[in-house]
Amino acid sequence: MSADVEPHAKRAGAVPAAPTRKAPGLPLTERLIATPVVLPLLTFAVILVLWEVATRVFAVPSFILPAPSRIIDGFGAVPPARWSAHVWATLRVALLGYLVAIVVSLPIAIGLAKSRLMSRALYPLLVVIQSVPVVAVAPIIIVVLGTDDAPRVVITFMIAFFPLVVSMTTGLMATPPELIELSRSLRAPGYREISQIRLPYAVPYIFSGLKISVTLAVIGAVVAEFVAADVGIGFFIQFSTSMFRLPQAWAGLVVLVAMSLILFQAVSLAQRVFFPWSLPKERR
Amino acid sequence: MPLAPNAIDFNAVGQVFATQSGPLTALDAVNLSIAQHEFVAVLGPSGCGKSTLLRLTAGLMLPSEGQVSVFRHPVTRPRDDVGIVFQQPTLLPWANVLDNVTFPARHKRGRVSALDRDRAAEVIAAVGLKGFEARLPAELSGGMQQRVGIARALFLNPDILLMDEPFSALDALTRDAMGYELLKLWQASPKTVMFITHSIPEAVLLADRVIVMSARPGRIIADLQVPLGRPRDELALRAPEVQDFAAHLRELLIAKEPAL
Ligand SMILES: Nc1ncnc2c1ncn2[C@@H]1O[C@H](COP(=O)(O)OP(=O)(O)OP(=O)(O)O)[C@@H](O)[C@H]1O
Ligand SMILES: [Mg+2]
Repeated sequence: MSADVEPHAKRAGAVPAAPTRKAPGLPLTERLIATPVVLPLLTFAVILVLWEVATRVFAVPSFILPAPSRIIDGFGAVPPARWSAHVWATLRVALLGYLVAIVVSLPIAIGLAKSRLMSRALYPLLVVIQSVPVVAVAPIIIVVLGTDDAPRVVITFMIAFFPLVVSMTTGLMATPPELIELSRSLRAPGYREISQIRLPYAVPYIFSGLKISVTLAVIGAVVAEFVAADVGIGFFIQFSTSMFRLPQAWAGLVVLVAMSLILFQAVSLAQRVFFPWSLPKERR
Repeated sequence: MPLAPNAIDFNAVGQVFATQSGPLTALDAVNLSIAQHEFVAVLGPSGCGKSTLLRLTAGLMLPSEGQVSVFRHPVTRPRDDVGIVFQQPTLLPWANVLDNVTFPARHKRGRVSALDRDRAAEVIAAVGLKGFEARLPAELSGGMQQRVGIARALFLNPDILLMDEPFSALDALTRDAMGYELLKLWQASPKTVMFITHSIPEAVLLADRVIVMSARPGRIIADLQVPLGRPRDELALRAPEVQDFAAHLRELLIAKEPAL
């Protein structure tokens, strides 16, 4: 997860205590690194400008690569109410599939972590399921389950589910063995070993899985919409492309990226707010 | 003085582990008795079965041969009157000091009573952490974390305290300080202590008796009384007979350390 590897954000306190008068004299690069948001935004802005200039100078047709300004126009081509319908359709399916994936993966992960029998019996099966290209199965699922939300949620679930099981299982097994011995020496009931030791210990692992899966859930919803839908951002992109309205399709893409980023940040924020201890010290 | 009853008895105990490369004899014919409130240090090369000795006493595993008894009862499962301190503090990173210390109550019974909290305050004060109750483990030094580990083991007021190289992760100075503090704790509230260590000075400083084990298969090759009264201090440790005793222990250990 690239977004997980933040640049070493220097806190104000980490900067050597220079006399205040000298502080503004800090080299520009140092100051840019010290403010983590500015640098990527700046890079992005530069890319946008180059992109705009290049498409104009070389007169690139908009169906090959629309200029950023054309993409912005693409947003206006559709009324806001229509946009929010598309966004809501995709978001709803992504979140439902994500939720189902979480609810299903937790008991499976507990089983895999606790019982060698279950891990022998289930794990190969999970790997096989994971190896099936969901895009290829999606049409079959749609035929079987009909054309409402249900098949789309199932497809989303299938894409989002595996990293969750793996990260949860890894987390549940990452508990220091001494704590398990402590639990056994106290003759505590087994479910408390899970709820009071293993699960909380797994929180950092679970969150890395949750972050990966939430972006996968958006992909899953879009894949499902490609196959069968009459609303949703995925549908919108496909429809616009087929009508040769490429700037509009690109606008849909921008919305998708924004949606993924926002969901990813929401999960990160949830971890920071509810489980600050699970983050490395410098990121609390 | 009336003879104290034995707290721990090993009777011809052998322990064999099934490993991928065949059976591995970790302990062989171990006979050992530890009196109540005795402080016994166990010295031995790496992998000789010291931790196994401790796990057998704690009832975390059963011996493949012979019998382990605690207060004359054969050990068949973990007992309430045994507390364990591990090499790493292994605290719960999400719980503050108080919650870590009361963890045995919460884990065993599902709740923490007002009485439990009083007891926790008592042991937290005893290990010198008063005022740190609300801190998270990550906010404490290694030495302080291990104090929490000790407080957690003392919380249920066990008769027997099993310590598996509890200070070996600490720097030398902290380690000495913790040793003296442990002695103070032990004198204020006597317990049977089985203290596993790699450090000869630590064994000599702390223990009434030092058990020396051979490399695998672990056997007891020496069982020696420490020639030192109590209370102990730096000065007493420098006495020539104490130095001779330490040198003797070193010879025993070196002679039995397998050639690498
Ligand atoms: N559950 C187990 N299964 C297989 N082998 C084991 C098991 N527990 C311990 N052993 C083996 O038994 C031997 C003794 O282990 P033990 O942990 O008691 O040694 P130790 O004296 O505590 O070593 P150290 O000083 O390194 O802590 C080692 O060779 C170890 O690999
Ligand atoms: Mg050991």
